[in-house]
Amino acid sequence: MSLNSSETLAIKSVNLTKIYGGKKAVNGVSLSIKKGEIYGFLGPNGAGKSTIIRMLVTLSEPSSGDAWILGSSVTKQEGDVRLKIGVALQDAALDESQKGIELLRLQANLYGLRGKDVTQRLEDLTKLVDIGDAINKPIKTYSGGMKRRLDLAAALVHNPKVLFLDEPTTGLDPVSRSRVWDEIRRLNKDLGMTIFLTTQYLEEADQLCDRVGIIAGGLLKAEGTPKELKALVGNDIVTVSVSSLKESINARLKAMKSVKKVEQEKSTLKVYMKEASKNIGELVEAITSDGSTILELSIRIPSLDDVFLQVTGLRLKGDE
Amino acid sequence: MSEQVSIQARPAGFFRDLTTVAGRALRAIPREPESIIPALIIPLFFFAVNTGSLSKVSSFTGITDYKAFQIPVAIVFAVTGISRASALVTDIKSGYFDRLLMTPISRVALLLGLMIADFALVIALSIPVLILGLIVGVDFATGFVGMLAFLLMSGLWGLAFTGFPYAIALKTGNPAAVNSSFLLFFPFSFLTTSFLPKEALSGWLATAAKYNPVTYLLDGLRAIITTGWEWSSITKALMAIVIIMSISFTLAFVALKGRVRRK
Repeated sequence: MSLNSSETLAIKSVNLTKIYGGKKAVNGVSLSIKKGEIYGFLGPNGAGKSTIIRMLVTLSEPSSGDAWILGSSVTKQEGDVRLKIGVALQDAALDESQKGIELLRLQANLYGLRGKDVTQRLEDLTKLVDIGDAINKPIKTYSGGMKRRLDLAAALVHNPKVLFLDEPTTGLDPVSRSRVWDEIRRLNKDLGMTIFLTTQYLEEADQLCDRVGIIAGGLLKAEGTPKELKALVGNDIVTVSVSSLKESINARLKAMKSVKKVEQEKSTLKVYMKEASKNIGELVEAITSDGSTILELSIRIPSLDDVFLQVTGLRLKGDE
Repeated sequence: MSEQVSIQARPAGFFRDLTTVAGRALRAIPREPESIIPALIIPLFFFAVNTGSLSKVSSFTGITDYKAFQIPVAIVFAVTGISRASALVTDIKSGYFDRLLMTPISRVALLLGLMIADFALVIALSIPVLILGLIVGVDFATGFVGMLAFLLMSGLWGLAFTGFPYAIALKTGNPAAVNSSFLLFFPFSFLTTSFLPKEALSGWLATAAKYNPVTYLLDGLRAIITTGWEWSSITKALMAIVIIMSISFTLAFVALKGRVRRK
């Protein structure tokens, strides 16, 4: 890793590959994530998201390739890497027989925090997890949301520079999910923490991430800001329900310069077109000129779901 | 949270890692009484049954105080197989073990810390048995220092045996497999001089007892109670402990190495 890139990059990987039983679970993934970024890995179950995280957080050895966290190699300097990262894996990894405060104190001890630092940090984190007196109760009495928040606090106990979150909101109710999002934004904004998260929720990637990587079958299929990725689809999507759908309507729509593709399902048309807001009048004219009536019309810009479909050929089922 | 900036992560050091792991294990013990209650009841039960049923018979083998003869057996029953191996499997299953692996903790401390807690626990479990012995009139020929030596040897034996369940826990990550490690307790504890002295055993049982390290452990413990500082027996008992400890710890630490290896 060059000096320049170690100064600006929080995470870098080159041809990161993991082979299980002869099958490539991760296939030559190269990443460059800047300091202070929120980077999201979007992909369905089994896409390789968790495998990549496990390699980046030193739990798993890459079969080939390497990765660097703030300049430290995950294959050769794993001790240094562990001091720089905080990790909350997919299932809240907590010892449920401990009290919340005991778990945080134990984490603080293992990261070499002493005396006042431990006291101060536990106070900070207790406020952060916001679970009141429950912090002094056994973790087995916590709700799912409380466990996730405690897990996040445990990952932050040593004030890491880079935070890894593996599907941080999977299984949470919408209110708890929103609280986790707020906290992630705050950590990023207030502390400049680089955050690498995986998700199967499109909305999460869209709302939260500066940049998104789309992963499927162990391959990084596309990468960019949500806006850039949506631009890959290129077209707005107009959905129109028509009273009587005639062949001639299809022909007139396809003749329009701004229209790129028309899909038909029963009496509903899905029209992919450039700058729908400007060209909607022409579209309405094309449909109604022979007496057909529009029952319903909606315009939407492409979503990450459309992007995902375009680059992987798959639809994500994560959003509820 | 602005103060967070001053926090600097660093390796805590081996000793602190060790005390942190051991402290957590010791805190968990009173929260899981079900894990230690059998270790308190079983030795008392066997002591009562054995002394009640075999005291008179034992006199034919030259034993004058069968209660003193049985106290070491009760101790072996109390401490053999006690460990935090089941809790370790729970950690592995829940992902908490992975969380610990992502910290700068010394990998050796992950296991050694648990063993230190086990050592403290088996010493604690030996104390009620010792008190029982004193209540029923067992007299230590070596006095108070002998009692301490008796507790220490019992603790070391319990510690030596912990390597087996830990090896199984780390190798398999399977709670059922760890529970089955209790089977090791039976040949060690029964194919020996648990009920009668060596001279009274015959045939295959005498042969099994000859090669069972618990035979030498019991000899050493009995010497401390009844004979005095009989160094030949005590040395053999300590050697038996060292041999079992070498085997079980080797297995456990090899299993640990395999478990923490990044796959």
